[in-house]
Amino acid sequence: MVKSNKKGFTLDIAFICLICMLPLMWLIWRGYNGDLGVNPIETIVRQLGVWGLRLLIVGLAITPVVRIFKQPRLIRWRRPIGLFAFAYILLHLTSYIGIDQYFDWSAIWKDIVKRPYITFGMVGFVLLIPLAVTSFNGAIKAIGGRVWRNLHKLIYLIVPLGVLHYFLLAKADKTMPLIYGAILIVLLGWRLLEAAKRRK
Amino acid sequence: MFIKRIRPGNGDISENDVTPKDVYDQRRQIMKLGLGFGITAAVAGCDVMDGTDAEAAQVKGKLAFKPGPFSTSEKKTEYDAVTGYNNFYEFGTDKLDPAKYAASLNTRPWTVKLGGLCGKPQTLAIETLLKNALEERIYRLRCVEGWSMVIPWVGFPLANLIKLAEPTSKAKYVAFQTAEKPKEMRGLRSNVLDWPYVEGLRMDEALNPLAFLAVGLYGDLLPNQNGAPIRLVVPWKYGFKSIKSITDITFTERQPPTSWQRYGANEYGFYSNVNPNVDHPRWSQATERRIGEFRRRDTLMFNGYGDQVAGMYRNMDLKKFF
Repeated sequence: MVKSNKKGFTLDIAFICLICMLPLMWLIWRGYNGDLGVNPIETIVRQLGVWGLRLLIVGLAITPVVRIFKQPRLIRWRRPIGLFAFAYILLHLTSYIGIDQYFDWSAIWKDIVKRPYITFGMVGFVLLIPLAVTSFNGAIKAIGGRVWRNLHKLIYLIVPLGVLHYFLLAKADKTMPLIYGAILIVLLGWRLLEAAKRRK
Repeated sequence: MFIKRIRPGNGDISENDVTPKDVYDQRRQIMKLGLGFGITAAVAGCDVMDGTDAEAAQVKGKLAFKPGPFSTSEKKTEYDAVTGYNNFYEFGTDKLDPAKYAASLNTRPWTVKLGGLCGKPQTLAIETLLKNALEERIYRLRCVEGWSMVIPWVGFPLANLIKLAEPTSKAKYVAFQTAEKPKEMRGLRSNVLDWPYVEGLRMDEALNPLAFLAVGLYGDLLPNQNGAPIRLVVPWKYGFKSIKSITDITFTERQPPTSWQRYGANEYGFYSNVNPNVDHPRWSQATERRIGEFRRRDTLMFNGYGDQVAGMYRNMDLKKFF
């Protein structure tokens, strides 16, 4: 899996990066045109968060797609998608701290310890940091492929935390969080089935 | 036809332009008699209208009103924001949904039924209600989600309507119900809440001079997404208490159920007074974002209406009765 990264920055990767940037570009464009709706801060924070979560889920879908459709090249898409997911989530957190709460650190701290949805979101974000900082080839060499692979299995915890974060903040209509949850169950379930097959 | 279509944007119309002459004269007569609140059994009830006039479905026009008490001098929230950012789950759970889909609601014919423990149960046509002496109240509105607006409502005190029905001494609460029209309210396909939407007030709350029935907004008739043709406004409580598109007002002895309490009694109480010291279990209520402003501002106890309402809760533990 790791070997294919040697090919470096190719056209398909450039394309993936471009696609991943589109939601941010769209958000900036809407902001520039004053088209972020009645509650622009809420729009910014929500859009950044939801795109972070979407990219995390897309990242989890790469491996099943590679295996099922026998497209080993596509595994190279996973890293940029994961890094963009991290970037969106970092911006989501930054916008919550900086523009939603306006650096009211005591209110933010209270939110983190008292509001389960924020607690889960924060834990997910913190766990995502080591994955993001080890997302270059040198890191794999430095810590060893085995440790790296185990470390990156944290994603199986992080994405459910993200979906839970989304589920708990939804006021009453849980439709979207449940759809994300269902997709997540399929993606993680597929891995469990594969693991079970391998053991046989 | 009882209903006369009013063209939008034709400025000031005097009352007798929009009111049939006989009804107008009758109303003058009532006012001469000093009854003020211009509703009597003679003009009330379904019989005065058959409601088949499709043209009247979207009535628009300036309302005649005078300034009322309790208005804030704070900057009013933009009309487009007030009418484009709504929680009205009958039309969808996204705050943009009501503006998109509420046009499908037919608000004519419309009646409000007063019933339950009262001496004069009656059904009032919206046209009759619109003929009340209307006043403007510029109130703050604080949503439980942590945002707020300043809205110039047009309507009349809820107490006027309650007194008309003459609730009995047994009546301790007032229950309200929103229309339930599945064909016109696409949100009813979802079971996110139990339909119809219901709300309630204690009798003293309902009779409080702040409690208001709005039929208009920014001097015009209420847009559908804001709860046309008639809605409650109780500004010291979170926005969801201010039930929209009311069809039934019922006097009860026992505390009536409310939709959000049914959804989650640990999250939404019967009183739901704005209270920065009692957090919603999932989010803080200490601050709010006034729509149109950048920085959050501190949320005020009873949304700043403590002078008018605090007395009603003097001996209550508001952490328990949230």
